[in-house]
Amino acid sequence: MTQPILSVRNLHMSYGKLEVLRGIDIDVAPSELVFVIGPSGSGKSTLLRCCNRLEEPDSGEIIVDGTSITARGADLNTIRRGIGMVFQSFNLYPHLTAGGNVMLALRKVLRKPKAEARLIAEAALERVGLADKIDNYPNQLSGGQQQRAAIARALALEPKIMLFDEPTSALDPELVGDVLNVMAELKEAGMTMVVVSHEMRFAKAAADRVIFMDGGVIVEQGAPAGLFANPQHQRTRDFVRQVEH
Amino acid sequence: MTQYERFLDTFFNPAVMAKYLPNIVEGLLVTCQIAILVVVSGILFGLALALLRSYRWTPVNLFIIFFVDMCRALPPLVLILILYFGLPNVGLTMSGYVVLWLVLTCVLAAFSEEIFWAGILSVDKGQWMASRSTGMSYTQTLLNVVLPQAIRMTIPPLTNRTIAITKNTALGMVIGVDELLNEATTAQAFSGNATPLMMGAIAYLMLFVPVVYLGRYIEHRFAWRKA
Repeated sequence: MTQPILSVRNLHMSYGKLEVLRGIDIDVAPSELVFVIGPSGSGKSTLLRCCNRLEEPDSGEIIVDGTSITARGADLNTIRRGIGMVFQSFNLYPHLTAGGNVMLALRKVLRKPKAEARLIAEAALERVGLADKIDNYPNQLSGGQQQRAAIARALALEPKIMLFDEPTSALDPELVGDVLNVMAELKEAGMTMVVVSHEMRFAKAAADRVIFMDGGVIVEQGAPAGLFANPQHQRTRDFVRQVEH
Repeated sequence: MTQYERFLDTFFNPAVMAKYLPNIVEGLLVTCQIAILVVVSGILFGLALALLRSYRWTPVNLFIIFFVDMCRALPPLVLILILYFGLPNVGLTMSGYVVLWLVLTCVLAAFSEEIFWAGILSVDKGQWMASRSTGMSYTQTLLNVVLPQAIRMTIPPLTNRTIAITKNTALGMVIGVDELLNEATTAQAFSGNATPLMMGAIAYLMLFVPVVYLGRYIEHRFAWRKA
């Protein structure tokens, strides 16, 4: 395996007395699409949020592209720039247009001049099929369009890895496909992605590896075909059966 | 003199009106001036306190909460009297104008701090996460993402509170500020006629009715946009 873009080592995290993550180890290779599945409360979203330190892990180490992000004095704002994140509830800024959403970090974090930021925003929105929506506000966009604009916002910063936290869970069924198509195109283009989602069909079609989590640990992982067809653990079998029916 | 003529003579006496109109206008200008100063400094001070509070430095926050609670709990008149009559005894003398401005600024700042703070808290946590995930700092997120949304929500309560506190400029009368009510009562005493008070009331209406309507317009506009 080439040097992983993301390495998680023995990660522990708890909310008060509740241990949410109990020793997680993951390596994600460049251009790999890793799917994380598991029942709610299994720690998937928390794991994802630890990967850019939106949540503070109790112990363990996370290394992104050779830089430890859990090290004391790690420059979080610089590190986060290289890690795109997409949320279940989109979290677009409602007071800014789609273009404004994409441009904000370009202007404030990367200090790009306005014209250049606009060009980058146009390109990013073009990539998610929203070139004509650049001047629309989030409340003028459908859920699927909002989520694609949120993907463009993350993409514009040219991240080394993208984290997706249930990106389609808040969408009406007929809008899910657009978002998954964009994600499949990103995969084609070689983006490294970690996706927490229940879209099993998409996992089967596009994922390189599926990780099944339960109770704060990784129960089992493997290529989607194997893991779905022939789960090794009872808990995985139960979960796969539930979500497939 | 009929009842009606007596009424007119008491409240709308043309001779008294003509004589004291310049004083009333002067008072109105002073009231306007203080009102504008109080609104600008009070709201900016309140906003600064709310922003400071969002950094959650415990000692600073305890101080802000103490200050805000004091200014909200005490009647402004009490603060005005304490500052105006008390402070000279410890060697700090301020003009009535400055005391009035300072007290009303602090009171408006206290109320607007609470309103801004509630607005900042009401912005969804996901907005913070989204912004921080793109590498924006805490301060950049606060100023560029959270504050614009918070302010939109604070406009209606802030407008009402601002009007309520600005009307307290009339308290300047008790410490000799030449504001509108002071001019009117002085003129009433000299003329022995209530007409100057009526003129004062009309001047207050001329000043505040447009503000009330402006407030309603802003409230309506923002409520509509949010929907």
